[in-house]
Amino acid sequence: MTDMQNTQTGRRWHDMGGDAAGPVPTQQHDFSLWEKRVDALMIIASAHGHFTVDGLRRVLEDMGPDAFETMTYYERWIASVNQNLIEAGVYTTSELAQRMTAVAARGATYGEAASD
Amino acid sequence: MTDRTYMRVRHDMPPGHVRTPAYLRGKIGWVERTLGPFPNPEQLAYRQAGQPLPLMRLRFTMAEVWGDAADIPQDTIDAEIYSHWLEPADAPHAP
Repeated sequence: MTDMQNTQTGRRWHDMGGDAAGPVPTQQHDFSLWEKRVDALMIIASAHGHFTVDGLRRVLEDMGPDAFETMTYYERWIASVNQNLIEAGVYTTSELAQRMTAVAARGATYGEAASD
Repeated sequence: MTDRTYMRVRHDMPPGHVRTPAYLRGKIGWVERTLGPFPNPEQLAYRQAGQPLPLMRLRFTMAEVWGDAADIPQDTIDAEIYSHWLEPADAPHAP
């Protein structure tokens, strides 16, 4: 990374065309259930007109290179989907917070349990 | 070729979401075909109505894009660039 890549006036960090890419991983990997749900959520939100892939990309880019290095692909996606849904007025941060607390109260194994 | 329409990609480096790769900014290519119009993704990204714009498929030589670093200078790369990023240009000098 050069110091031009993360400034407000030069090439932005995500704009990597032409950089040395290194080896390209060709191995497929399985996606977990929550990752598939994130993908589905993006499609549903887009189909309902809440935001487009352009908004998804905009937030991913604004999250910066640290997020790119420390978060997985779908962790970055759900962060961006969430940001866009809040901007679209689908729910408020307060509603999200209360829902997250309620889900967390179900316990750490929620999702694996057959039913409760 | 005399019937080619050459365009230069604007050499702007704005903050925010843009759809024009930095490695092509300032480079000159010719119009391979015109696509669209499509709504401007730079407005859609911010929840604005996207102004319909032509999307130009430009063809660049590797010599134009990478200069002396090009492995095969006469090879070409196509890139689709929204029209507001383009301005008329003369043909670049042959490598």
